[in-house]
Formats: sequence, C-alpha cells, structure tokens
Amino acid sequence: MTDATHKPFVRTQMLQPSAPPLREAGVVRWLRENLFSSWFNTILTLAGVAVIWLLVSSALPWWLNGVWTAGSLSECREIIAASAGEGASGACWAVVNERWNQFIFGFYPVGLWWRPTLAFALLFAAMGPVLFAGQKRAMLILLGSVAALVLVLVTLAASAVPNEVAKVTDAPFVWKLALALALLTLGAMIVLTVMGSGKLLWFTGLYPALCFWLLWGGPIWVPVGALFGFVLLAGVYAALVKRAGPGLAAGLGLIVALVWWLFLDVPVTVALNEAIPFGLTAVQSDQFGGFLLAITIGVTAITFSLPIGILLALGRQSDMLIVKTLCVGFIEFIRGVPLITLLFTASLLLQYFLPPGTNFDIILRVIILVTLFAAAYLAEVIRGGLAALPRGQYEAADALGLDYWQAQRFIILPQALKVSIPAIVSTFIGLFKDTTLVAFVGLMDPLKGVTQIVRADINWKGIYWEPYIFVGAIFFVICFGMSRYSMYLERKLKTDHR
Amino acid sequence: MAEAQKMQISDEVAIRIAGMNKWYGQFHVLRDIDMTVNRGERIVICGPSGSGKSTLIRCINRLEEHQQGQIVVDGTELTSDLKNIDKVRSEVGMVFQHFNLFPHLTILENCTLAPIWVRKVPKREAEETAMHFLQKVKIPEQAHKYPGQLSGGQQQRVAIARSLCMKPRIMLFDEPTSALDPEMIKEVLDTMIALAEEGMTMLCVTHEMGFAQAVANRVIFMDQGQIVEQNEPREFFNNPRSDRTKLFLSQILGH
Repeated sequence: MTDATHKPFVRTQMLQPSAPPLREAGVVRWLRENLFSSWFNTILTLAGVAVIWLLVSSALPWWLNGVWTAGSLSECREIIAASAGEGASGACWAVVNERWNQFIFGFYPVGLWWRPTLAFALLFAAMGPVLFAGQKRAMLILLGSVAALVLVLVTLAASAVPNEVAKVTDAPFVWKLALALALLTLGAMIVLTVMGSGKLLWFTGLYPALCFWLLWGGPIWVPVGALFGFVLLAGVYAALVKRAGPGLAAGLGLIVALVWWLFLDVPVTVALNEAIPFGLTAVQSDQFGGFLLAITIGVTAITFSLPIGILLALGRQSDMLIVKTLCVGFIEFIRGVPLITLLFTASLLLQYFLPPGTNFDIILRVIILVTLFAAAYLAEVIRGGLAALPRGQYEAADALGLDYWQAQRFIILPQALKVSIPAIVSTFIGLFKDTTLVAFVGLMDPLKGVTQIVRADINWKGIYWEPYIFVGAIFFVICFGMSRYSMYLERKLKTDHR
Repeated sequence: MAEAQKMQISDEVAIRIAGMNKWYGQFHVLRDIDMTVNRGERIVICGPSGSGKSTLIRCINRLEEHQQGQIVVDGTELTSDLKNIDKVRSEVGMVFQHFNLFPHLTILENCTLAPIWVRKVPKREAEETAMHFLQKVKIPEQAHKYPGQLSGGQQQRVAIARSLCMKPRIMLFDEPTSALDPEMIKEVLDTMIALAEEGMTMLCVTHEMGFAQAVANRVIFMDQGQIVEQNEPREFFNNPRSDRTKLFLSQILGH
C-alpha cells in the first residue's frame, strides 16, 4: 500500500474508452497456441496427423482410381488393373452411372419421369413461402432457380426415350402443357412476391393435391374431391365462427368434411370422371422406389407431423382430463413401440381393422404411421419448448384478454417452437433417414431395396461400397441442408438479444 | 399531496369484493376479503411477503381463481364463465413485476397485438394509439426495437403503455418497481403518477411508500391473507392503529 491509495481523490477528467491492445497475429502464433501449446498437446497433434495420414493414404487410391464408364464390375476391374497396375484397388462408379435412375425413381415408368421431376422442383416453390416468409430476396432467388430447374430437368426427363413400354406414357403434348403451366404459375408467384403479397401460401396449400396427382396420376377428380373436403371445412367454419365460436365451428366443419370424404367423395368423383374423363396415366404404388419413395414419405410425414405434434403437445398440457389422457396415451404408446412394429402394423394389420373392401394404398398407410410416429416425438420436443417459457408470458397474454388460441398462436407457440427448432429439425432428420426402414414391408427404399436389386444383377454382383456411398451421399446432402436451414432460422428469429 | 386532492373520485363502484376466500390446496391464502373500489381511486396495497397482496389483485382479473365469495368488476361478476373473464380482462390492465413483455415481438407489436385481435381495431389505428401511449411514457423512439434491447425501466414503461393501449378502465400494478435498479424506479413511478393524475382507477401493490404518500387516496395493509388496516395515507403513516401495522412500518421506514 502506497500513500497515494489513501489520499483523498477526485477525478477531474473521465477516462475515454480506448481500443484493446493489439495482439500479435500470424500463422506461427496461431500454430503455437492451437497445436503446440504444451508437450501433451504436441503429442496429440502428431498422433492426430498420423491417424489422418493413415486413413487418407489407404483410401485415396481407391477414390483416385475410380472408374465411371464400364458395363460390369469385372470390366471395371480390368480397367483399373490396366491403368493402375495389377492388384490396385479402385472404386467402380460405373454402377452408379448405369443405374442412377433406379436409385432415383425405382421402377417408375421412364416415359413419366417428368412428373416426379416436376413435382420435386415445385416442392421448393411450395415450401418457399413457409421457409422464407417475408424474405423477398430469398424468395425471388428460390423461385427463379425453381423455374430454371423446371425448364431444364423436365425437358431432360421428358426427352428420356420412352422405352419399349410405350403404353405407359401420357399423350405427348401433356408434358409440354404441364411445363408451360408450371412456368406460368412460377411467373405469377414471382410477380406476387415482388408485390409483397401473402397469397403465395395458396400454392403451398394446393401443392399436396397437385403433387399427389403428378406422382400417382389417375383422374384429376380424385385430388379435386379431396380438396373439396377442405373447402367444405373452411366454408362451414366461416359461416359459423361468428355465432358458435372457433372451437365449435371448426368441429362442425371437420364433421361435414369427414362425411364428404368418407361417404360422398368417391361416388361423386367416379360420376364426374365418367362425365368428363380427364387425367394422367395412373402409376401403381409398387412402381415407386428409391429417393422418389423416400422423399415422398419423408416430406409428407414431416409436413403433417408438425401440426399433429403441436396439437398433441397442447393436448398433453390441457386441463381437460379426457383430452389429456388420450394425448398422453397416444404419445407414450407410439414412443414405446419400435417404428418397424408400426410399419408391420401398417402393412398387415391395418387391413383387418378397416371396413372390408377398402383397399388402402400401402404407401399411404406407411406415410400415416410414419407421420404419427414422428408426431409423438415432436409432441415431446415441443412440450419441452412450452415448459421453457416463463409463466409470465401466459399471464401477460391472459391479462391482455387474448383467448386460448390467440395466446397460443401469437405468444406461446412462436417462442416455444423457436426454442425447439434444433430438436424439431433433429427429429425431422431422424424421420427422413427412418424412411429407409420401409424396406421391411417390401417397399423399394434407396438403401436396401434398390441396392439389393442392383447387386442382384449378374453384371454388378460383388459390388459393395459404391451404391451405399452414393445413397449415403444423397442422404447427407438432404439432411445437412435441413440442418443448415435450422441454423439459418435460429439466427433469423434471434430477437431476445441476450 | 396537493395533487392527490385534485384527483376526482366518483361514487360509481369500479370493483366490489365481498366475502372472498381463496385456498392453495389446504393453505388459506385470502380470508374474508371485503372491499369496494370507486372509480378514480388510487389504492396502494402493502404488507409483508406472503401476505396475499399479489394474490388479491391477481384475483381481480382472474389470473387466480377464488373459491368463495364474490368479485364484481365494472358490473361483471367473475365466475368460471369464460366470456365474463375475457370481458373483465379486456377492461382491466395489468403491469407485472417482471414486465412480461413478449420478447419475440417489437415494442410496437407488443402494444398493438391485443387491440388488433381482442378489440378488433384496424392495424393502422392500433399503431397510432400505440405511438400515442409510447409518447406518453416517453419512449416513442424505441418502437421498432425488441424488448431485450431496452433497459428494465424502459421495459416497464412499455408494459404500462401496452396495457393502456387496450384503453382499460382499471389498472393493476403488481410490484412494478421491485425488479428495477434505483435509478430506474423513478422513471416508472413518474409514469404511474402521471396516469393517476388523469384519473385512472389504480390498484398498486408496492413497497414505495413515497409513492403511496404522494398519489394514493387509500392505503391497505395486509397480513396473513387478510386486510389488517386501511386508511388514507397521512393517517396510515402517522397514526397506525394496529400493532402489526406499526411493526411493519417501523421495519420498512426504519432505515
């Protein structure tokens, strides 16, 4: 202690903020700090480098000697032996080159490839208004890319020569008409985006029916009939909501819609189709396969499991005993049973429970079960988000006079879902990868189903790594994309400035 | 205190509570509460922690349910009827200890949400009202920020503005300054005083005895879930009658 510290002291001038001291920068310093800071760290670094070297040196030749054009595995090996010497290892990507179409489309008729292709491209246009709500620039870039994608891919797919099975095509003008309509729709969406209109969501709402029609074909009246059920629901709701309140109006609307779907839909659509037959060539579910199948199941299940999961989570928190018990029972039952059990249920048992004579499509059954499975997990994830909200948020919403659904919609769910984004997207990624399990009920998933067929070919017998790496890479790209999107969304929604 | 006299108190009854009891499980939190609040009254409720003062004002907009007795707010009795509850809540504003702003909405959106969806006010009009009240609490320039970017005192003033946007006839304050730094308490109290001067009916749970002396026309002291003493502020502070009140005042004013 010096005297100075005890002297009375008055500051006459406040200190100005100054910049922090400059650290010496440079590669050497970085290396020293991060890799060689202590003898232990140095050993770890050297060991790590050795492991990486070992891995790379053993795998690199295999990748470098890859062969892309060959008719069979033995031809591959001959080419590798000729170019890299006897006994050298090498990848035989020729199998991917020759059979990629099966990995993508399964046994979907070649002449109709343009339909799933178009559906896939439009999927992004349909997701855009939801994924990039209010982001004009992102939407324009997305819609522009989709338009370009539609133009290129659909033309390519449609010009894939319809092979000997000429019967399984639509009339030749159909794809051109569809292409024109799709581009027109995308153009209209771009105009709407520029105008800043919220009407784009209409396309998102119509897309499931459109996608169904493109994929399975058949008379146009089937998707129109299904959509009409929703029109009825909305109509009844709008007519009654003033007098009966939102809950009752929605309930009655749902009953009317169910009556339509269960009893009236089929006879009406059949009659309409007889009167005005118009449609695309029908494709059976057993012709679906590969990523067409995985994406169909995955996207549908993801889309529908989120709202169901939200309702289950809210139901689980409900004060109403019956609602709560049903939700808890459902969630715990579904989570307590392996997905494969549910898939077997879908493929075998569901038929027994349904009224005799109904033939429920196998893909539809699988989608329903996968959706319910994911919904149960999501419900728990979202419940975690709900629990993370302080009670004060509920109280403030109540004190302002917001009713239950308004409070959920504007206050509670936006915050609870935001907290749960990482876990929700994890569930989605898990769900998408689980679609490969449909192999167990005889559907042709890309990983087991298609690969097995390819490897059963006499030309490719004995091939092992290449198809799996190919399929794995596509899965990785899709799942990594979802993961990055979730991080983007978290950044975009970060408003708490903590 | 001179201003306090200026503020008009009408004969019209705003809140009537009669024989009200509340239990948390076996615990008897509120016992035989009887009180009447006239329009224009400014009531400060004080008492030791756990005395049930917060619970009492939370019963007035049914954030807490009472099990016995009657609460009538603006002529509407609070029962389990949701319509009545929503009606009362839209007439009664509430300010919380921890502000409870909605962190995912901007200040302006915080203020316009309820008017738009509960009162069905057009968006533009709701925004004008919101800006008017934000002006009043002296932070119009923060309208497009998020709550997390504001100081505690600013957040609490936004919370007051948010309540006012619903054009309530009664305001409840639940320890509005307890979570604030001393420097920020004043700005919030000034806002509340301005509100009182306009004749708003106010019930305020607070330990700010200076505020009570300056603004309140009645102070209610609670202990163990019952009203122990009530009086006009000068009498209450200078001539407390019950021993419990004397002890409480000596502890709170003693230092």
